[in-house]
Amino acid sequence: MAYLDHAATTPMLDEALEAYVATARELGNASALHAAGRQARRRVEESRERVAAALGARPSEVIFTGGGTESDNLAVKGIFWARRTSAAQRRRLVSSAVEHHAVLDAVDWLGGHEGAEVDWLPVDSAGRLDPAALRTELAAHGDRVAFVTAMWANNEVGTVQPIGELAAVAAEYGVPFHTDAVQAVGQVPVDFAASGVSALTVTGHKLGGPVGVGALLLGRDVAATPLLHGGGQERDVRSGTLDTAGIVAFAVAVEAAVKSQQEYAARVAELRDDLVERVRQAVPDVVYNGDPVDRLPGNAHFSFPGCEGDALLLLLDAQGIACSTGSACSAGVAQPSHVLLAMGADDARARSSLRFTLGHTSSQEEVDALVAALPGAVERARRAAAYRTPR
Amino acid sequence: MRVLAAMSGGVDSAVAAARAVDAGHDVTGVHLALSRNPQTYRTGARGCCTLEDSRDARRAADVIGIPFYVWDMADRFHEDVVDDFVAEYAAGRTPNPCLRCNEKIKFAAVLDRAVALGFDAVVTGHHARLGADGLLRRSVDVAKDQSYVLAVLTREQLDRSVFPLGDSTKAQVRAEAAQRGLAVAEKPDSHDICFIADGDTRGFLAQRLGEQPGDVVDATTGAVVGSHAGAYAYTVGQRRGLHLDRPAPDGRPRYVLSITPKTNTVTVGPAEALEVSQVRANRPIWTGGARPDGPIECEVQLRAHGDVVPATVALDGETLHAELRRPMRGVAAGQAVVAYRPDPAGDVVLGSATIVG
Repeated sequence: MAYLDHAATTPMLDEALEAYVATARELGNASALHAAGRQARRRVEESRERVAAALGARPSEVIFTGGGTESDNLAVKGIFWARRTSAAQRRRLVSSAVEHHAVLDAVDWLGGHEGAEVDWLPVDSAGRLDPAALRTELAAHGDRVAFVTAMWANNEVGTVQPIGELAAVAAEYGVPFHTDAVQAVGQVPVDFAASGVSALTVTGHKLGGPVGVGALLLGRDVAATPLLHGGGQERDVRSGTLDTAGIVAFAVAVEAAVKSQQEYAARVAELRDDLVERVRQAVPDVVYNGDPVDRLPGNAHFSFPGCEGDALLLLLDAQGIACSTGSACSAGVAQPSHVLLAMGADDARARSSLRFTLGHTSSQEEVDALVAALPGAVERARRAAAYRTPR
Repeated sequence: MRVLAAMSGGVDSAVAAARAVDAGHDVTGVHLALSRNPQTYRTGARGCCTLEDSRDARRAADVIGIPFYVWDMADRFHEDVVDDFVAEYAAGRTPNPCLRCNEKIKFAAVLDRAVALGFDAVVTGHHARLGADGLLRRSVDVAKDQSYVLAVLTREQLDRSVFPLGDSTKAQVRAEAAQRGLAVAEKPDSHDICFIADGDTRGFLAQRLGEQPGDVVDATTGAVVGSHAGAYAYTVGQRRGLHLDRPAPDGRPRYVLSITPKTNTVTVGPAEALEVSQVRANRPIWTGGARPDGPIECEVQLRAHGDVVPATVALDGETLHAELRRPMRGVAAGQAVVAYRPDPAGDVVLGSATIVG
């Protein structure tokens, strides 16, 4: 099998899996007061320190969660509610048109149910946000803005945003800035303190850790109202028995991914560039989406004119090649990507897209398999596309 | 062969897909998303297009061990089946949407796309037989037989169709599903029209066509005997729900004899006035051998699950004439006339056409 869908999930690192299994054999609730509890607590706190050190945060800024979606929801809803409580006029949210649904839908929900006014910042044809547009927005409404949320790197087209610049603009106006860095950590350098952001989402299974565990890095001066009430285990912001084994494995994976980031990025980008070059040769009219330079090293995203992405996916899947249309499904039916539409693509181009993402296990053979299978699949998918619209 | 199994989430299509695997085919499962706004859960026995049905189909594919995808056919379905259904009623005819769906969606849009993607045929869970001789026959389970709604398929369409269930009864299919560990084994049969979830066809039409009040006229006397809110809501042969103001002089029940959209009139009369001995139909399709030059003796069926009657059938260009050996009631324009040749190995579908009058 050629697995070209690492942005969906990537295999666990051996060391993370071993750490998980070893810790899962140990007994103890990290909140219990006896020796077994203390042992579990120690594992959690050591992990917190490792995650903090790897990501340029203080240990007290690391809130363990159940993964990226929870971290995003906690940041978006939690910070909104806390800001509104302290200053009722701050009910305006600034976000981007290309966010992952975990942010997009949470923001949308606040708009629909909590009286938030939402300003969606546009992107250019490469999917890039413009810090000047944020400045304009904050200059006009800065005193009414609860916070800004913009992703570090896009999960579909791989575009890396100028997060430092955006966060600096927000800081100028004294507005907290959250970033969803789920796709970025381990792929590009991510330093919480140096970036100037107030809150950052990271998850385990995109960087070699387990599914179901992640963190929200939350600046000590940033208040967030809890989503989950209960034991208050994590800074009274997040409740729930700590998943000691998951947290340990997550920390091992974060540390490894960050440590190897440069070497990894160089190797994977070379493979990706080879993939892009050969796909362009094989399908000359292909459109390469996203920022050609500021992009995730493992991401290659294309539109195949005249094809439907889901037909291509079926044909490649039948030849053992796993990739993604990149966009969300509704009942298994691919919807045209809001990211591509925001980048100015029309419905047909948005539906004709496929995402190939490489990761730490990717090999030249997998790229070769794709390049061998692609031309035939594109030809067939083009013929099939004729049957989409009524004749 | 490389085949595409259309999987509704019901027991029939699941077993059909499993049998296709057993027969040595390379099978890929596809669930057709036909509703633009699918409901989350099934309510009652109607419908096949909820998210729950899609999940049931996926689980069946998992158990069978085949790839599974969802194909979005909602726009095609609405244009070719739902809109057509409404337009046919508005024109005073009685459409059969299952037949239209087979003709336009399952064995057209889906089949064409499948072939373009490199598949050789489409597998469905219809209860009908299609053997090596290429002839479409009734299922061994006559009560569940679906050859009537498949009779619109052309030779080319049949040549790319596989119906693995025709030799089994529904009870056998359910037992086999249970044996195979398919959770849909006990799922209730779907009935009626899948896109009218509450079963209220009249309400569905009224919503789309609006109120169009008009007269109900007695065919014998010409007198106005009642009123209606829309002639489209009536079908030939209908007796119930007429709400006539005046009983017939002879006190006998009256039936809908015809619908005239032009004057928005529903004409009623006695049962014997419903009797029809000659049927004219257009758009004939002939798949049971060579197209006949002259009249032939056969049997015809005039609606789904309707009685079968011996008849003389002749083709004249784009028209099919059927001379019925005994008069039939409730023959409605828009339904199909299907000609069968009686056969101990399963009555053979000879051809079909759409009833005009």
